[in-house]
Amino acid sequence: MEPLFAILVGLFFFAAVYLLLSKFSIRIMLGIAILGNAVNLLLFTAGRLTREVPPIIPADLDALPAGAANPLPQALILTAIVISFSFLAFLLVLTYRAYQDIGTDNTDEMRVAEPDDPPLPPVGY
Amino acid sequence: MAAPIGTDLSAALLTAPVPASDWLVILPVVHCIMLGALMLMLRAHVRLHAVIAVLGLAALVVIDAVLLKRVMDDGPVTMVMGRWLPPFGIAFTVDLFGALMALAAAIAALAGSLYALTDIDAGGRRFGFFPFLMLLMAGVSGAFLTGDIFNLYVWFEVLLISSFGLLILGSEREQIDGAMKYAVLNLIGTTLFLIAVGYLYAIFGTLNMADIALKAAGLRDAAPLVTLAALFLLAFAMKAAVFPVNFWLPASYHTPRIVVSALFAGLLTKVGIYALIRVMVMLLPVEREALSLMIALVGAATVIIGALGALAQTDIRRMLGYVIISGIGNMLAGIAVGTPDGVSGSVFYALHSVVLMMALYLLAGQAACLGGSFQIGALGGLYRERGWFAAVSLILFLAACGLPPFSGFWPKVILVKASLDIGAWWLAAALLTGGFLTTICFGRVFLLAYWRPAQAPVKAVAIGWQSALPLLALTGLVTGFGILPEPLLSLAQAAAGSLADPAAYIHSVFPEGAPN
Repeated sequence: MEPLFAILVGLFFFAAVYLLLSKFSIRIMLGIAILGNAVNLLLFTAGRLTREVPPIIPADLDALPAGAANPLPQALILTAIVISFSFLAFLLVLTYRAYQDIGTDNTDEMRVAEPDDPPLPPVGY
Repeated sequence: MAAPIGTDLSAALLTAPVPASDWLVILPVVHCIMLGALMLMLRAHVRLHAVIAVLGLAALVVIDAVLLKRVMDDGPVTMVMGRWLPPFGIAFTVDLFGALMALAAAIAALAGSLYALTDIDAGGRRFGFFPFLMLLMAGVSGAFLTGDIFNLYVWFEVLLISSFGLLILGSEREQIDGAMKYAVLNLIGTTLFLIAVGYLYAIFGTLNMADIALKAAGLRDAAPLVTLAALFLLAFAMKAAVFPVNFWLPASYHTPRIVVSALFAGLLTKVGIYALIRVMVMLLPVEREALSLMIALVGAATVIIGALGALAQTDIRRMLGYVIISGIGNMLAGIAVGTPDGVSGSVFYALHSVVLMMALYLLAGQAACLGGSFQIGALGGLYRERGWFAAVSLILFLAACGLPPFSGFWPKVILVKASLDIGAWWLAAALLTGGFLTTICFGRVFLLAYWRPAQAPVKAVAIGWQSALPLLALTGLVTGFGILPEPLLSLAQAAAGSLADPAAYIHSVFPEGAPN
């Protein structure tokens, strides 16, 4: 199961990096969405994959049965999903606003904060 | 980590209630979140925000000072959340380094909140400047005080989302452009950090820093720890704006209100450096050794490129952005050297930089307020019009260049000596060259903006106490620690010592010995 997931995570990273390298901010947003999911899958795989024994302590025991799924990565991923979802929502609004205000979603042309030809520093009085 | 059937795990459960004094460890975070929430509830009464924020941050300074005192007296302090003991439960562990950084951050934020009384207008307050500031401080304090690496990630995100809010306060075109770059690149940086955490968990099966420090020794041959360390290095270097992943900083730090720039400059990159020191020096020291040449090269490049970038700017705010980067290079050099001396230089530099960068941006804001522009070419005549303001500026400029007798001098001396001690003369040369270029840069600002006759008449605005008080207080700190460096120096050395030998830290997390 783990090698399969490793390959899947690799594919996700491949797609995410490809999209992140794009010029257009909306594609970058898609890349970020995929990157977030890639990382979540990575965390999930890191915590050992099983699906036979759920991480529930039976009534007559005080510890997990052997070979149970690891609940911690799922808690971590839950946190990471919430965070990456909220960030993606924020970034999408920001991108839309930037498109409205700056009039382009081409990152090469988004140079309001860093103009192309700033004045040279003064050399004398 | 599933225990075999029948294992008695009750030893991992906390049965006694947490002592009241241990709540001090988490109080800075709780305090900030509660006040932020309170302000959100009072969003119809914006006038109250400023009062709550200033008083609340003053209280935060006191809390952090008491915490620092406690850590100085008793060594690292741990508080465990819930009833699970580490490594299962979440632990907040404060050592000297974390407490020092938290105190410096609280002082900087208090100065910022005072300056914000004049700098942030009614609109900015209505958009929630002060609640964002409190939540930012919650994130920053949490990052400095936590003892769990996934928690560190969460606090990074808390401070990141608050910083997004602060950055676009006002929604000008420039700000939105700067915020796009800042947001995307920082989010990628934290995602890299999360990837590293995933691998860390895969290798160690634990996320508690003390537990990792313990287990790292046994796994050195079995696991690709150098790769892991490199991943952490990349992620935190991105947060700290290290060359070549620094370009989001000069693209965005000059766009928001000046007090927001000041807060970012004082706090955010230092959180990256803090995390870098914590992970590279305390958790993975052998791997740091393996990567030290690369860290040193990157640090030297950061110092020089930052200083050259600063030389090329005409806008004071953008220039200061590059000065931050140059300073980050200095701290990185200390990490690369890695001896207790080198790390103590980094710690000292980080503390000095929190205060100084805050003060420099506030100074730039005040200069622009008097001269009407952030462009060096348009300013002038400040020396004639405002003598004491020029004096304060000169002190801060000299401190930024690392010249005596101000606080920038000592960490630079320590770092140069530490690099010479290990034979890295080129690293010492880079640090000194960086300092020299920064001196030229600030010399030019002083010459053009202060000594040169006024280009436009200097505005007759009085400098209110809200601006003067934080500036003078921060300058006082810079001067004080320049003239009497001994207390801070010994604290920085003790902090570096406890990072190099985390036995006390580990003992504080596992008082009854570590579980297997």
